[in-house]
Amino acid sequence: MSDYLKLVVLGVIAVFAAIAANFGRDLAYQVHAIIILAVAGGLFLWVLRNTDEPKPVIDETQYADGVVRAGAIATTLWGVVGFLVGVVIAFQLAFPALNIEWAQPYANFGRLRPLHTSAVIFAFGGNALICTSFYVVQRTSAARLWGGNLAWFVFWGYQLFIVLAATGYVLGATQSKEYAEPEWYVDIWLTIVWVAYLAVFLGTIVKRKEPHIYVANWFYLSFIVTVALLHVVNNLSIPVSIWGSRSVQVFAGVQDAMTQWWYGHNAVGFFLTAGFLAMMYYFVPKQVGRPVYSYKLSIIHFWALIFLYIWAGPHHLHYTALPDWASTLGMVFSIILWMPSWGGMINGLMTLSGAWDKLRTDPIVRMMVISIGFYGMSTFEGPMMSIRAVNSLSHYTDWTIGHVHSGALGWNGMITFSCLYFLVPRLWNRERLYSLSAVNWHFWLATIGIVLYAASMWVTGIMEGLMWREVDANGFLVNSFADTVSAKFPMYVVRGLGGLLFLAGSLIMCWNLWMTVRSAPERTHSAAIPAE
Amino acid sequence: MSKKDDKQEVETTGHSWDGIEEYNNPLPRWWLWTFYVTILWGVLYTIAYPAWPLISGATPGFLGFSTRADVAEDIAAVDAANASNLEALRTVELASLASNTDLQNFAVNAGAALFRANCSQCHGAGAAGVQASGYPNLLDDAWLWGGTVDDIAFTISHGIRNEQSDDTRWSEMPAFGEILEEEDITNVVQFVRQISGQDHDAALATPGAVVFEENCSSCHGEAGMGDRELGAPNLTDAIWLYGGSVETLSDTVANSRFGVMPAWSEEFRGASGLSQAEINAVAAYVHQLGGGE
Repeated sequence: MSDYLKLVVLGVIAVFAAIAANFGRDLAYQVHAIIILAVAGGLFLWVLRNTDEPKPVIDETQYADGVVRAGAIATTLWGVVGFLVGVVIAFQLAFPALNIEWAQPYANFGRLRPLHTSAVIFAFGGNALICTSFYVVQRTSAARLWGGNLAWFVFWGYQLFIVLAATGYVLGATQSKEYAEPEWYVDIWLTIVWVAYLAVFLGTIVKRKEPHIYVANWFYLSFIVTVALLHVVNNLSIPVSIWGSRSVQVFAGVQDAMTQWWYGHNAVGFFLTAGFLAMMYYFVPKQVGRPVYSYKLSIIHFWALIFLYIWAGPHHLHYTALPDWASTLGMVFSIILWMPSWGGMINGLMTLSGAWDKLRTDPIVRMMVISIGFYGMSTFEGPMMSIRAVNSLSHYTDWTIGHVHSGALGWNGMITFSCLYFLVPRLWNRERLYSLSAVNWHFWLATIGIVLYAASMWVTGIMEGLMWREVDANGFLVNSFADTVSAKFPMYVVRGLGGLLFLAGSLIMCWNLWMTVRSAPERTHSAAIPAE
Repeated sequence: MSKKDDKQEVETTGHSWDGIEEYNNPLPRWWLWTFYVTILWGVLYTIAYPAWPLISGATPGFLGFSTRADVAEDIAAVDAANASNLEALRTVELASLASNTDLQNFAVNAGAALFRANCSQCHGAGAAGVQASGYPNLLDDAWLWGGTVDDIAFTISHGIRNEQSDDTRWSEMPAFGEILEEEDITNVVQFVRQISGQDHDAALATPGAVVFEENCSSCHGEAGMGDRELGAPNLTDAIWLYGGSVETLSDTVANSRFGVMPAWSEEFRGASGLSQAEINAVAAYVHQLGGGE
């Protein structure tokens, strides 16, 4: 019966997409309609072939790991794509001729930049979060994922969102909100997928067999719930036509800016911080084999973090049309946020106490430690940059770019790599990773890459900030904007090289994970642990 | 060392998730106290500065701080310090500005800053122009519309081919591609290369001279020396607005050019325009770059 329902829904979607492709008012919308037509049509045929066939029997006592395996593959591949586009746009800034003439307007910096940010944050980071949350919530709840194939819907639905967003950017569809560029119909689709994600996650927690909810799951849940809220409110807009990608925001002026940065900052806070802290809280104690340092600290810093983060957005709008009072509050909450952020760092690092020797022998632990280190550094730098006086120098400069990347490459990147190294042998039932020395190479390439990146951006950021504000004795500006651009050239090259090293490390990881699945010896003892 | 650790080890909470346990360690003291201090600082800061939203407006903070008032104060201070110089600059006889060393220095500094903010986008931060786009080099001796400080100030005020101003600098060369045969254009280009002292084909330049005489000399002059009254460029000085290659010259003759420059005076641009004192300053700056007359 449910197959017939699916056929009807898929058929209606396919027909609607065909009509939309015909009436579409812009290229991005038409291409998206064709993609949706192909996906819905393909699924229609697939469901049709399986209708009234006997269903495969699923062992409900086992963990649902297929979707986690798919997530690990998606995380790795999107990571490489995101890093690659990042390296390309870094060199485009250093050498503008790389905005190649024949590839215009599709491959210019302006279109590739959101492709890079969305690929690393939402495709790489998002898949890492969904994949690890599905793994962790099952283990720590001793329960199979709730909702049957709904988890697969979340996975494939999320990939479709990524493809629609990425092709939209390249074809010129954007609502011009940083980190929320996709247009209205892509936003609606993500909302549906996200609600399904919440249902799977919450459903699994509800049917857990453990008496308490593990701390990692608090963080995952806060991330899923808050991102849903942020996404819906920041994307409130009215489509110009249902046959086109353009839409008009419901907020205007400074209200729109404030909503955008409330969203933008909490995308960092709940997506890149809370979600990744959840990963840390499971994978660090597992890899180190030690208890978490302090239960008390985890409670206090969790509640403080999620209460305080949500207020910090206005620090992105110091010295703008935003009223002073909102700017003050954003700054004050950012600084009070410093210790709650560091609570996660302390709990992560102190979990290693008693096992520091593993830093010498286990490159995965080393990766975890450096990622927690970068987490601590960025969560100190962030509050500092939110201070109005510091911000007046740092804002709009490359210092911000350096800050973001020490967090994204150092914290999010490194913790994700270590989780992948942890997960892949277990998910594919392998005794060990194919090569630990390759992990070591990855570690050093990535670390040196991050240092080159962050250091060059600090130097050029502070330099351009000082050049912009330099005035002579009569109060006249000393530098033109073009002077600051040409002064930054050497640092832009260094930044590109740093990105190249980081990309090279991730390619080594791809190869190592691939070889692990293909040729590492199989795990002999204790195969899959049942979900009991 | 490890033994001591074992002794200090606290109890776990007793739960285990997939083998993970949690110690019941107390909050680190330094962490807790730093947290308290930041909260206390936050409370005090929001009392001192504008912070808490009320029904209409917000608490002003007892320090009376305001970013807008701050910046207005800074600007007022600079304006007050420069007021006498700016007033002198507004009314100065530009031709004699250079003899007033102090005012000339002030004008050049002010003009340089204004140039960087408003003019460098086209003419370049160093004022060398961009030949590929037809933005003139302001460092050389060639002036289409005159190179005295007064001439330059007038060009800045009224722009070039700017329809807002009736007094704008205006010249228009016909697109000879619609008037002459292709062969004539080829020939006249060789002639122009000849009088500008570049490599050329003399066999083509000779009939080109006739074409020039009949079509070009009325503006550019018999000898191709140009005419400033008309804004017709001198073709013999080997200084080119768009370039002197055969290809570029053929393009210029066939299609003509129509470069524009905004009129910068407040009269035409309102608040985003430049005041008379500012225009004079930019003119003084450009004049002393090297080519001023």
